[in-house]
Amino acid sequence: MSAFRKTFQINKKDFIHAGEASVAVKNLLKSLHIDPKLIRRVAICGYEGEMNVVMHGGEGFLTFEIDSEKVVLNISDDGPGIADISLAMKKGYSTAADEYRQMGFGAGMGLPNMKENSDQFDIESEKGKGTRIRMVFLISKGG
Amino acid sequence: MKLSEIVKVLEATLFVGEDRLDKEFLAGGASDLMSDILAKRADECVFLTGLTTVQTIRTASVSGVGAVVIVRGKIPPDEVIRMAREEEIPLLSTPYSMFVSCGRLHGQGMTGLNGTR
Ligand SMILES: Nc1ncnc2c1ncn2[C@@H]1O[C@H](COP(=O)(O)OP(=O)(O)OP(=O)(O)O)[C@@H](O)[C@H]1O
Ligand SMILES: [Mg+2]
Repeated sequence: MSAFRKTFQINKKDFIHAGEASVAVKNLLKSLHIDPKLIRRVAICGYEGEMNVVMHGGEGFLTFEIDSEKVVLNISDDGPGIADISLAMKKGYSTAADEYRQMGFGAGMGLPNMKENSDQFDIESEKGKGTRIRMVFLISKGG
Repeated sequence: MKLSEIVKVLEATLFVGEDRLDKEFLAGGASDLMSDILAKRADECVFLTGLTTVQTIRTASVSGVGAVVIVRGKIPPDEVIRMAREEEIPLLSTPYSMFVSCGRLHGQGMTGLNGTR
């Protein structure tokens, strides 16, 4: 399989369209007949990342890449950034606004879930400098 | 349980899934927290919730949920129904509360997401 790459824009506070990129990635992987368990992991991680950009971040991008060995998701935004990453990574830690809590988000589960569902997880952020997350999913590993 | 049996037991209105009434379900999960479904093995399950935003369907889609049941008689907005149809996820609405809906499905032999009774 030759390498393929696609970038999606994520708009700040755009709750209605948040997640479209991940659903598109999911359908694309489905058409490539990738293992459903792997598709599920990629889609969930992408979705959690997109929701975070919309709820907490700024203007952002999700870039999807695939080659014969792996799927890579890069999710970045130019929002306020995260002052304490290890705190943000803790299950249950959330600063989500009430409007998002009322819609079923803000349990503080997204970042830990992304780490758990990816084979490699890197996060880079600083207060005032946006947030960049890179997740790798190994195709040989399957589920 | 077949989707048709779920519709019957929950006295539900079926918005999407007329073509999949024979689809089988073994497990269910109920939550108004999307993170709850995203962080569990919810693929192929019935997802019961009181929330009818588009994110309910996207959460179901990325998690591989097999059917979405809206409780307390809420009618999903048109764009939510449209999205469920696009994503090929059966969408139901039941007049029963979350508690009673879960009880009715459990009473028919359905398990929790991790297989417990
Ligand atoms: N892109 C981002 N920009 C700024 N802050 C972020 C970003 N992503 C996460 N955070 C911070 O990290 C916290 C934890 O994120 P996490 O995804 O784990 O939980 P949540 O989004 O608050 O809730 P959930 O994911 O369960 O809906 C957030 O509440 C927020 O404070
Ligand atoms: Mg989150």
